[in-house]
Amino acid sequence: MDIEPLLLARLQFAFTITFHIIFPTFTIGLSAYIATLEVMWLYSGREHYHRLARFWTKIFAVSFAMGVVSGIVLSYQFGTNWSRFAAYSGNIVGPLMGYEVLTAFFLEATFLGIMLFGWDRVPKPLHVAACIMVAIGTLLSAFWILSANSWMHTPQGHAIQNGIAVPADWLAIIFNPSFPYRFAHMTTAAYLTTSFVVLAVGARYLLAGKFPDEARTMLRMGVAFAAIVAPLQLFIGDQHGLNTLKHQPIKIAAMEAHWDGSKPAALVLFAWPDEKNEKNLYEISIPYAASLILTHSSSGLFPGLKSVPPQDRPPVKNVFFAFRIMVGIGLFMIASSIFGVFLWWRRKLFDTRWYLWPMQHTWSFGFIAVAAGWIVTEQGRQPWVVNGLMRTEEAISPVAGNMVLVSLALFVLIYAIVFSMGIYYINRLIVKGPIIGEGGKIEKGTPNRPMSAATENAS
Amino acid sequence: MEWYLPLIWALVIGFAVAMYVVLDGFDLGIGILFPFAKNEHSRDQMMNTVAPFWDGNETWLVLGGVGLFVAFPAAYAIIMPAFYLPVTLMLLGLVLRGVSFEFRWIAKTSRFLWNIAFALGSTVAAFMQGVIVGGMVTGVKTQGMQFSGGSFEWFTPFALMCGVAMVAGYALLGATWLIMKTEGEVAQRARSQAMLALYAVLVFMAIVSLWTPLQHPRIAERWFTLPNFLFFWPVPAVTALLAFLCWYWLRNKNDFMPFWCSIALFFMGYSGLVISNFPYLVPPSLDVWETAGVPASQLFALMGTLFMFPILIGYTIFIYWIFRGKIREGEGYH
Ligand code: HDD
Ligand code: HEM
Ligand code: HEM
Repeated sequence: MDIEPLLLARLQFAFTITFHIIFPTFTIGLSAYIATLEVMWLYSGREHYHRLARFWTKIFAVSFAMGVVSGIVLSYQFGTNWSRFAAYSGNIVGPLMGYEVLTAFFLEATFLGIMLFGWDRVPKPLHVAACIMVAIGTLLSAFWILSANSWMHTPQGHAIQNGIAVPADWLAIIFNPSFPYRFAHMTTAAYLTTSFVVLAVGARYLLAGKFPDEARTMLRMGVAFAAIVAPLQLFIGDQHGLNTLKHQPIKIAAMEAHWDGSKPAALVLFAWPDEKNEKNLYEISIPYAASLILTHSSSGLFPGLKSVPPQDRPPVKNVFFAFRIMVGIGLFMIASSIFGVFLWWRRKLFDTRWYLWPMQHTWSFGFIAVAAGWIVTEQGRQPWVVNGLMRTEEAISPVAGNMVLVSLALFVLIYAIVFSMGIYYINRLIVKGPIIGEGGKIEKGTPNRPMSAATENAS
Repeated sequence: MEWYLPLIWALVIGFAVAMYVVLDGFDLGIGILFPFAKNEHSRDQMMNTVAPFWDGNETWLVLGGVGLFVAFPAAYAIIMPAFYLPVTLMLLGLVLRGVSFEFRWIAKTSRFLWNIAFALGSTVAAFMQGVIVGGMVTGVKTQGMQFSGGSFEWFTPFALMCGVAMVAGYALLGATWLIMKTEGEVAQRARSQAMLALYAVLVFMAIVSLWTPLQHPRIAERWFTLPNFLFFWPVPAVTALLAFLCWYWLRNKNDFMPFWCSIALFFMGYSGLVISNFPYLVPPSLDVWETAGVPASQLFALMGTLFMFPILIGYTIFIYWIFRGKIREGEGYH
């Protein structure tokens, strides 16, 4: 049996990394939120901050475990599926990932132990410090891996020697042109996503009339934070796009479904890009608007997709639609959070049910936007795996297609089980809500875990 | 620099792998012993002894894998495709075992499922690690710095036996860890399990010591020529002594020494493997110099590694110290 391994390997990578990124997005944001809650608890001494911190820590534990196990899979996948890529760029990408392990993963893992199990074993300030350390660890992790990833989009600081990329200037490699934008955009995305989860859970409790103190705190914190960060994200994303135009103009052309670079571009609101005939069907657009955004002039020109041969273009439809999903969610987030602040100011935030009711379902929006954003970024880079240097089809391992197929099937099966159970258990923890056993202690005869305490108490 | 940097990196990775084998070894061992626990309370107690540590322990595996990628990208690019299926199955085993730590406590009616996932995941991961080690010793086919064998090249009787041996070895580490960290029923049961596992490990060690030199002349030559033999004979002698001590302390109901003896036993087996195969990173053809990354990369990553290593060791000691002491029945860290 001879199956083409390339497509399967790409599917496998896309599937496993999209699965992975859901959890870092949440753990980056949630660890910072828990650290904030604990600091507030430390200074104000108010118990409901403590209850909230413990409640979110239980959810954090589940999410973190899924992030860790799916991340380990990825670090080995560079070798199993993309061994030629590993040999080609290992001298550059490898050390960056090495620094991630050394500076971030051990820090996270160690202080996670204290964060989850140290509630009654270490003094309060040490516990707060452990939470802060975990939050810092997740950011360091994002720093290094995004640097490695950004180098693949905008490589610099390297030389080609015996057919492989070798480092010439480490600072230039680490701080490659797209990295600052990507780091800012991704970490902001993580905080924004988490604030919508917090907001949604707060809304859900208020509607159900449960845990009113905690619910109000969550709603206020979520709305206020999102109202600041969502507009910021629009600004960062815009700058990110302008930078991409300099380095990967064809990616931008795909996002905008802009075919003909000899004319100013319209801002396409909707279209069905027809890749065969190199034009858009059913287009609804605002004339000159895309040129205005990207070149700050209504007559400005930027390259169109037709400026390169078809085999050098990314899959236009995926990039185009994913980009619209991301920006659409971004705009929705700006509008809904600012409206929430408005309601808060009019003292109506906690009883405007028609606002709370839809908001309780928006917890998933951030995750969808993140996945969409990564599809824009990664598919927009195609057909290159390292932009301009190595094509994706040259990156594949010398493995048989049926092996890749079998492993892909196993990943889909196991991840589907793990993911659905994970969501189910997180939802169960949310239904239980922020309650702790008597005085924070767990009854005798039950395991020591804070998590099991909630289960036992409520059952 | 081109000569000693790869050697230093081989040492660093060797150290990371040794740390992983010992630390995650007893976590996985507990998973392997899980099906034999008497009831849910025992299982709670067993899991509690490693719950705060498992993530940190597993991170040494990431360091080993990424270290290989950093310092020997060519070896990484050969070994991973060569062991495609065993690596994938090991990772999936680790996925199941990892999430079970969290899911098991929240599950109510489905708790038995996560007991199974924990035991199965741990056993599969351990077995596959043994298969990979065995397959490496047997040798990997290469051509022009690429893997050139088939999908099932690793599937040999020797590699499969190494898989079983690894399961037995981790079970020994897990059982002696439980003796040290628990009391009551669980500790008692672990004592008899440790004894069985010890016998199994010794049998496997003996088989490997005979099989590899008989099958691979290069290994026979390494050990049984003069003057090499003069340097290497203490390895089997110390191993035998350690095995005896482990047995002796198990019989005398010592709580701590069996664990440390099992670690030392692992260490001796590991040195045996290194002696047999050094300097080959991809036996039988590619050595640490041929597969090394460029010096600029090795040096850059090494600076961080040497700076961070004391800190990593510090973290490890710190967390084990915070959660020191025994876990009694129905009790946790409160
Ligand atoms: C923006 C951030 C980000 C991105 C793009 C990635 N990760 Fe990740 N990763 C994290 C942020 C993160 C994290 C926040 O640090 C995690 C998530 C949950 C966790 O436990 O740590 C993590 C965990 C994690 C682990 C387990 C660490 C441990 O043992 O504690 C590994 C091995 C990886 N990742 C590897 C990867 C690889 C190879 C990636 C790309 C191909 C990748 N991650 C993308
Ligand atoms: C965590 C967020 C990330 C997501 C969601 C993501 C998403 C994707 C997707 C969807 C693809 C498939 C593209 C296609 O086949 O058309 C892909 C490919 C790939 N990405 Fe990423 N990516 C992420 C981060 C990274 C990072 C950090 C690296 C490297 C350091 C990386 C390296 C690769 C490689 C090697 C491929 C395979 C070649 C290819 O198909 O393009 N990705 N990624
Ligand atoms: C509000 C308007 C937004 C704009 C204009 C915008 C713009 C962009 C652009 C241009 C890219 C591609 C960069 C490249 O590959 O060169 C991108 C990627 C991405 N976006 Fe957005 N974005 C917006 C909102 C959001 C939101 C709300 C989220 C998530 C909550 C998000 C998450 C991401 C992620 C995760 C990526 C991939 C990583 C990266 O390249 O930074 N974006 N965004």
